[in-house]
Amino acid sequence: MVVTMDSTLLGDYAAFAVLLAAGFAFVGAAMTANRLLRPSAPSRTKGEPYECGVETEPGQEAPKAPGSGAQAGSGATRTGVAPPPRSLVGADWAQVQIRYYVYAFLFVLFAVEAVFLFPWAAVFAGFGVAAAVEMGLFVTVLALGLAYAWRRGVLKWQ
Amino acid sequence: MLEIALRLGGVLAAFLVLPLLVGQTEHKLMAHMQGRLGPMHAGRFHGWAQLIADGVKFAQKEDLVPEGADKPVFKLAPAVALLPYLLALLFIPLGPGDLVGSALDMGLFAVLALVGVGVLAVLMAGWASANKYTLIGALRAAAQLMAYELPFVLAAASVAIAAGTLSLGGIVEAWNPWWLLWQAPAAFVFFAAGLAEIRRPPFDAPIADSELVFGYLTEYAGLRFALLLLAEYAGIVVISALTTVLFLGGWKGPGPESLGWLWTLLKTGGLAMVVIWLRVAWPRLRVDQIQTLCWKGLVPVALGQLVLTTVVALAID
Repeated sequence: MVVTMDSTLLGDYAAFAVLLAAGFAFVGAAMTANRLLRPSAPSRTKGEPYECGVETEPGQEAPKAPGSGAQAGSGATRTGVAPPPRSLVGADWAQVQIRYYVYAFLFVLFAVEAVFLFPWAAVFAGFGVAAAVEMGLFVTVLALGLAYAWRRGVLKWQ
Repeated sequence: MLEIALRLGGVLAAFLVLPLLVGQTEHKLMAHMQGRLGPMHAGRFHGWAQLIADGVKFAQKEDLVPEGADKPVFKLAPAVALLPYLLALLFIPLGPGDLVGSALDMGLFAVLALVGVGVLAVLMAGWASANKYTLIGALRAAAQLMAYELPFVLAAASVAIAAGTLSLGGIVEAWNPWWLLWQAPAAFVFFAAGLAEIRRPPFDAPIADSELVFGYLTEYAGLRFALLLLAEYAGIVVISALTTVLFLGGWKGPGPESLGWLWTLLKTGGLAMVVIWLRVAWPRLRVDQIQTLCWKGLVPVALGQLVLTTVVALAID
């Protein structure tokens, strides 16, 4: 354990807080310098999202929800009387398949358990073999969970 | 009081200098690996001042925020991306004794928590931009960062078990060269997962400039973009330094202990070069390959390492 002579617990966190403030001060100072130096010439075009000219029409629902994020045909936007000021392609509402949520579940399960490893790691030597058995149980539970998810095909990209 | 100020000054200096060194090294090393020269003009001698020139340029650029963006969140995201790395540097020991910003007893835990904040910044940037490419990039990043957080934490826990402490200085004290062999799987898992945490190639699917414009960074310009870039290089420094401290013995090496800080810096620099080299040499992993590597490769290896570490640690005891 390397603990400096004068560092109390409070001192450690005080240093952390001061550094956090210093970090925000650094970002703030940089942005202030930027404000003094930069030009400001806003325009409509600059405010548009950078979507390579395939912007969607706001406030429009797609006629039918496609299974993937594919755009509706561009003909849908040509029905208006006045031509749109910029080329809008499709509607801005699309259903995409969120493939990641299972991983999120898995992560929550694992991470919550992994957190408990750390206090255990600091004290386990005092408990000897009992600690090792605990460890075996812990890893077995995690490994079983992973094996179950694997077996059910959760880890396969569809 | 003065001492704390000195320490904080040192941490701040490291935070401002080391990422720039890594960035400049990346310019030159990538160039030479690809058979070109890289920047040659700024500062006359081999373009050493290129990044300073870039900084001056970025500071003069217009501050562009998209019309449809969630403006406060959009503006805050670069700070949220950058500051965790600054704070993580506070706990990483440079040398023996009190050559550390703050020798917190649970330093390892604090550093892992700080590195985990990265996912928040990416989601903020990607969602607030109101752009479909940034959103896809941010969701990819969220899935990737959450998945790799797990092997990252498990590999770090393996070292904590081996050393019997959560203090980063204490871990280096407990380290001896045969850990290089014993903890090698954990070291590999930690470094690979760390690369994924900072979204460096081959784990750069969230940015993927050939598919997603520039991923969650698409809408950023000027100084805010520069801050996000700085966060990437600060991330390289933090991951390399953490790998050094946990797995490569930190300040330990031949020579007097008073030169230990030099060893820490050398090892960190060497790992940073590996990070750069991987960017040049490896193709980008596909999104599903990223998840597969994590859940079917790194997580089982990390779990196996945990068992091995516990058994060996008890046997030594």
